[in-house]
Amino acid sequence: MDDWQPGASLSTLRLRAKLLASTREFFTNKGVLEVETSTLSRFGTTDVYLNSIKAGLGSVSNCGELYLQTSPELQMKRLLAMGVGPIYQICKAFRDDPVTSLHNPEFTIVEWYRPSFSMENLMNEVEEYVQTVVGCGKILRFSYQEVFEEKIGLNPHECSLDEIQKAAHTHLNIGSKDLRFTEYLDLVMSEVVEPNLPEFCFLYDYPECQAAMATIEIDDHGNQIAKRFELYCKGIEIANGYFELTDPIEQLGRLTSDNIERSKKGLPEIPIDERFFAALSAGIPKGSGVALGLDRLLMVMGDFEEIDSVLSFSIKRV
Amino acid sequence: MATYSTNEFKSGLKVLVDNEPCSILENEVVKPGKGQAFNRVKFRNLLNSRVWERTYKSGESIEAADVMETDMEYLYSDGEFWHFMKTDDSYEQVAADSNAIREAINWLKEQDTYQVILWNDSPISVTAPNFVEMEVVETDPGLKGDTAQGGTKPATLSSGAVVKVPLFVNIGDVLRVDTRTGEYQNRVNK
Repeated sequence: MDDWQPGASLSTLRLRAKLLASTREFFTNKGVLEVETSTLSRFGTTDVYLNSIKAGLGSVSNCGELYLQTSPELQMKRLLAMGVGPIYQICKAFRDDPVTSLHNPEFTIVEWYRPSFSMENLMNEVEEYVQTVVGCGKILRFSYQEVFEEKIGLNPHECSLDEIQKAAHTHLNIGSKDLRFTEYLDLVMSEVVEPNLPEFCFLYDYPECQAAMATIEIDDHGNQIAKRFELYCKGIEIANGYFELTDPIEQLGRLTSDNIERSKKGLPEIPIDERFFAALSAGIPKGSGVALGLDRLLMVMGDFEEIDSVLSFSIKRV
Repeated sequence: MATYSTNEFKSGLKVLVDNEPCSILENEVVKPGKGQAFNRVKFRNLLNSRVWERTYKSGESIEAADVMETDMEYLYSDGEFWHFMKTDDSYEQVAADSNAIREAINWLKEQDTYQVILWNDSPISVTAPNFVEMEVVETDPGLKGDTAQGGTKPATLSSGAVVKVPLFVNIGDVLRVDTRTGEYQNRVNK
């Protein structure tokens, strides 16, 4: 066996150590508290496009079936509800996604929450963080609508399923029929828009159907938009943030409609995390949060094409 | 009908696209953090060798093509079809048309073995071995002593293929030729 060796070189392992150290230094200087939450959870994610990895505990611990977290979001929000203030966490997240040059089922993220921050405030801080650790210059900002209209010629907040379907087929050879509206958005964004984005940029104000856990607001043109942003570096999706949804009733509605969509797709319905819902009901402060992939950031820093090159042992080596 | 799900896609897999048999060349998954995953697939159409891309929603299935690759011996041509025989002692024969034979047409030699792709038991493509040995049937007279360097001339082989050869090659010489590039390799002792 000669695949005992790590995918990352010694200099990349050092770069990773430096990135972790400068990340901690960045947040310490800002007075953001480092926390840890449990990677095991009694609840999987309800998100239609995410699959939790089951960690079926045996009979010894007697804990019943548990899941590895797809993100630490829900537990960190429970800390916010107890009034912890600004927090960050460097942790592993786990997703049962196809393995690609950008995806390993287990990956490292830094996730942080800023009570009282607007989405713009948090984008400023993400920009400052990336400038500090990567050493890049100013990060450009575009609304989702702006980049979408430029490439696709449609307003993503107003166009119909028919229109986006037609547009998608003029740009791409699509073998699938009857995609959902949000799936057409994903397809043309990944295949047509993202490859043409500048080296470092933010996209913000997402279509309502892609709100995930972001608040929805009405913009100047009367469109419902999600206060969500993403950071792209060298064409790679690096970070995803929200002005967080804090209304428990609306949150419950979204989790429930996730499950309706899951059952339509023949996916198992996932019970809703009652402790998370109880924390929302107790009240979490309005503010913004973001998750940023550190493995991918390392790929950007070291100019690597494969996530395997920045991990000690990617899934093909474990 | 057999099908393959996108998570079984890999290079070499034979599938039916628009009712034509295709071989998967590349399969790349695109997955947004929050959103639907897609497979961007590059195919080669086995009927016409055309290469193109198509995107599928991950998790979908497409029909498998009943395609088999097999070694067969070339027997003869009747002018319209080229006849091959299985090498498994079944003596079973198939007839390839001019489309199926298109890539091997220059490199056919009776009793040599070729790779034949059968779709629903009919030949759709024939591939010559990487190297074939063929006799020169026509070329300008060889120049004695000019064995080392310089110059080439055209030579016609028994199959009708014309290849560039060194000046010392004569009619009746047997040459080893790379069928992928159509390049002369060396003379073979008869």
